[in-house]
Amino acid sequence: MNINLTLFAQMIAFAAFVWFCMKYVWPPIVNALAERKTKIAEGLAAAERGHQEKALGEQRALELMKEAKVTAAEIVGQAQKRATEIVEEAKTDARTEGDRLVLAAQAEIERETNRAREELRERVAALAMAAAEKILQKEINLDAHRSLVNDFAKQL
Amino acid sequence: MAASETLTSQGYIQHHLTNLTLGVHPEHGFGFAHSSAEAAEMGFWAINVDTMFFSILLGVLFIIFFRGVAEKVTAGVPGAAQNFVEWIVDFVEENVRGSFTAKNPLVGPLALTIFAWVFLMNLMDLIPVDLIPYLFGQLLAVFGADPHHVFLRVVPTTDPNATFGMALMVFFMVLYYSVKMKGVGGFVGELTLQPFGKWGMPANLLLEGISLLSKPLSLALRLFGNMYAGEMIFILIALLYGGGVVLNLTGGLLQFVWAVFHILIITLQAFIFMVLTIVYLDMAHQEHH
Repeated sequence: MNINLTLFAQMIAFAAFVWFCMKYVWPPIVNALAERKTKIAEGLAAAERGHQEKALGEQRALELMKEAKVTAAEIVGQAQKRATEIVEEAKTDARTEGDRLVLAAQAEIERETNRAREELRERVAALAMAAAEKILQKEINLDAHRSLVNDFAKQL
Repeated sequence: MAASETLTSQGYIQHHLTNLTLGVHPEHGFGFAHSSAEAAEMGFWAINVDTMFFSILLGVLFIIFFRGVAEKVTAGVPGAAQNFVEWIVDFVEENVRGSFTAKNPLVGPLALTIFAWVFLMNLMDLIPVDLIPYLFGQLLAVFGADPHHVFLRVVPTTDPNATFGMALMVFFMVLYYSVKMKGVGGFVGELTLQPFGKWGMPANLLLEGISLLSKPLSLALRLFGNMYAGEMIFILIALLYGGGVVLNLTGGLLQFVWAVFHILIITLQAFIFMVLTIVYLDMAHQEHH
């Protein structure tokens, strides 16, 4: 309980602790605190920026989607139009082809008919000639009556 | 309970309030004092070994712990120890920023050292009052010393040497920065030219002188008085032990209650010492008009 040399010793010890604290303890900790403060501020600012960018991106995405929808609708419309056209074309082609085939068949039939008629005529002429020949063999001179027969054959 | 049943209550209290003093006694020569009277007779050139030991031990603990954290300090995610240290440093820094308007890189670490060191020294008061002195007495008894003459006070802040040591250092800093900031003339003027103007110089000097000198005195005596009284109450409660079951239980309860209350006191006293130091230094930095 007496004031003695301890007083001075305590003063020296106190000064030493304060000096050490000022030199080696306080600055690094306070600097770290300040650094963290700026880091947090930067992080918050970055987050804010990110938020805005996200909103912008979303808007852009919406616009793109709208555009894409319009384009898709256009493409679908064109495709439908084209399909209708193709179908119409095919129909027209088919009709033309059918008509052509029908005409060709009719021509063929005509030709065949003509040929058959010609053949028939010649054969009838020959038959008539043969028949006439047989009937008149004895009484008609072939050479004398040839022009008559020919006239008859032509009328067939 | 006391080191021995043969001790009276008065002797027990006296024993607890005597420092382990090393010095040169006019009759017994160099050595430890065997009584408080002998310690007093050693005069100024003696040293309280217990105060020195515990205060430096605690100061070194503080320094090691904080230095350990400061070495590995990171601005990223802090660990548990760093979190704790940052909490304290932040608290101290906030107080400095709130009370200290000038710029001085010394004030922050000074406040931190005062707060942590005083708190740790006060904290020793929560260790059961007889524990360490008793063990120390028994230890020295092994070497042939008489436990009755082995003194040990574990709370350095109950020794006025410790509190006055800190308060005087703060006082010197106040003087140093007063002169540095205002010049010798400014400081002398501050002491003599207010509050009554230059014709009231003697009265001014008396008033300002008292106000200046009362700073270290109140700083030291407040801490010392609080801690001394607190320890005295622990000692008085400890006197109840050994007087039967009822008294033992009462003593235990009282000691617990007082210790809980004392947690508030030791923190508060460390805080007050720190804040007043900051305020005094702030006043030293300010120009008065």
